[in-house]
Amino acid sequence: MARPLRGARLRAVALTLPLVAFVAVTFIAPLGSMLVRSFYEPHVADALPRTLAALRAWDGSSVPSEDTFRILATELRWLDEQRKLGAVATRVNRLESGMRSTIMDTADALSSAEPGSWREAMIARDPIWEEPSAWLAVRRAGERYTMRHYLNALDLDRDPSGNIVAQSPDRRIYLPLLLRTLGVSLAITIICLILGYPVAYLIANASPARSNLLLLLVLVPFWTSLLVRTTSWIVLLQNQGVVNDLLVAAGVIGEDGRLALVYNMVGTLVAMTQVLLPFMILPLYAVMRSISPTYLRAASSLGATFRQGFVRVYWPQSLPGVAAGSLLVFILSIGYYITPALVGGRTGQLISNMIAYHMQESLNWGLAAALGVILLVTVMSLYLVYNRLVGIERMRLS
Amino acid sequence: MRHATASFEFSERVGRAVHLAVCGAVLVFLVAPMLVVIPLSFNAEPYFTFTEGMLRLDSDAYSLRWYRGVVEGAEWRLALVNSIVIGVAATAIATTLGVLAALGLANPAMPGRGFVTSLLISPMVTPIIISAAGMFFFYSKLGIAQTHLGVILAHAVFGTPFVVISVTATLVGFDQNLVKAGASLGGGPFLVFRRIQLPLIAPGVISGALFAFAASFDEVVAVLFLGGLQQRTVPRQMWTGIREEISPEILAVATFLVMLALILLGTVEWLRGRASTKPGNAD
Repeated sequence: MARPLRGARLRAVALTLPLVAFVAVTFIAPLGSMLVRSFYEPHVADALPRTLAALRAWDGSSVPSEDTFRILATELRWLDEQRKLGAVATRVNRLESGMRSTIMDTADALSSAEPGSWREAMIARDPIWEEPSAWLAVRRAGERYTMRHYLNALDLDRDPSGNIVAQSPDRRIYLPLLLRTLGVSLAITIICLILGYPVAYLIANASPARSNLLLLLVLVPFWTSLLVRTTSWIVLLQNQGVVNDLLVAAGVIGEDGRLALVYNMVGTLVAMTQVLLPFMILPLYAVMRSISPTYLRAASSLGATFRQGFVRVYWPQSLPGVAAGSLLVFILSIGYYITPALVGGRTGQLISNMIAYHMQESLNWGLAAALGVILLVTVMSLYLVYNRLVGIERMRLS
Repeated sequence: MRHATASFEFSERVGRAVHLAVCGAVLVFLVAPMLVVIPLSFNAEPYFTFTEGMLRLDSDAYSLRWYRGVVEGAEWRLALVNSIVIGVAATAIATTLGVLAALGLANPAMPGRGFVTSLLISPMVTPIIISAAGMFFFYSKLGIAQTHLGVILAHAVFGTPFVVISVTATLVGFDQNLVKAGASLGGGPFLVFRRIQLPLIAPGVISGALFAFAASFDEVVAVLFLGGLQQRTVPRQMWTGIREEISPEILAVATFLVMLALILLGTVEWLRGRASTKPGNAD
């Protein structure tokens, strides 16, 4: 008996292995590469090795020694000749704004000089070199393994003595955005539940022919390109769009009172609700279909009103569907990117859009990676809850 | 007593009417965007709202000019070719690997099934921006960013969960005795797979492949991060169009995509109907 069982096990593993290997290389390794980027920052460490070694002995509050100035100047000059200075200056600048131009100017001024005192020459060029903060920025940018992207992503900072402190309230960006993303996702989940529950109930209790027709109406948007649906919301909601035209024609609003329904949070909420609604309706429907109507009839024959029967008998039985649909919608909305990017304007952006911004515009990839890891951990914990509660094998596509 | 019953029936009838009205409104909300896009794509004017002429059903108010613009536009043609090439290649990889994995997972002897399943489904639930950013870092290191291959691999891995899920669903009711019977009659594993298992799970395989293709055909974020000018797909082209200057040409393309969605949905539903009546299915 042991031998055929082992054979079957080997065969099963052999069949699964190609896909596991494929997912590992094309998907898991990229996530790992992002994780590494979020704390490993070799660029400045490789560019200024001798300066960083000299700064290791520095006390962090006085003006560094003439030697340190000379070493930094030499390394900056060399980097300038190699045309590698810009990338280093940008990275130091992220820790202390203004340092990019300071470094570029200093390297430029010293390019052919052989001053008696490097310290005086550099301070004469830019007095910031007298401040410990400039040197602290260089030292921290040179940390090869660093937590600073995570600190940054959580709106924390280090004070000059190295303690972790909260950013001043006006400079907090990411935590409020993360909270907003969670809030918006919760709002969308609740709206989807309120809109989806009656529809799922109707489909589950209709005759087979009607139920199939109604299901098709839910599935058509589910299959239609996300970009198409987002485009049509722009068309519907924009200033000169169909909804505003209808409201003006109906006399609800005046010609000059057209509502701003898109390129703001309203646009994000409306479009995301429509996009995610099928993900609520389908799991609800799957559970409701298995609730026998005899329970409600029994309740009403025992004298319960429809409301009592619904609250005490039907709703509790539909809870697995409520949980499955809500978790799914919530998980999907936390990571949503495309719809907010296209219809959210400035105020309707979510955490994913901030990651895209740091990937594509600010090019602060370490910060993008740290934000990505935080979002990934959030989503994966919810995914585990979903898996426990619903079972991933029971996920159905149609 | 009679009075009480009547009022109960009355309130129940009102409740039912309200319920139907709410459902009607929600269904309109779900479908309306698609219904608005199609007529507006025939607008003779470059507006995104119904002109008076359109409302009067004046034939001059309608035109095919945006469709002509799309068909004659070299950029759209390149985008369509790219979308098809990438979609077909990604679907082929996803389907082959996904079917094999689903067969392995359906085997009761498979060790660590729960963990492996969650791992294989994870590309579907990971936020797309995270996958795309990670792929950008890693694929750049491998030197396959800005190539068709990079985009194809990304789309293939996004498509595999759909294949695994839909093939697994058809395998749930699969009678393993059929495989044993085939083997006892002297069929090798490959012959048994091709002649017995494959025909029975075919609806699930085709549905999964269609899902994977649809996912690739609609994917834009990985293309944004991994694709260069030569890898522009239809969604990528629409993305630019929506962000820069939204032209009614986009609505013409959108209408085409709605038609494609209807065809895919129709096929999958038809297959589902066949799958539930096929032989060898224990339920």
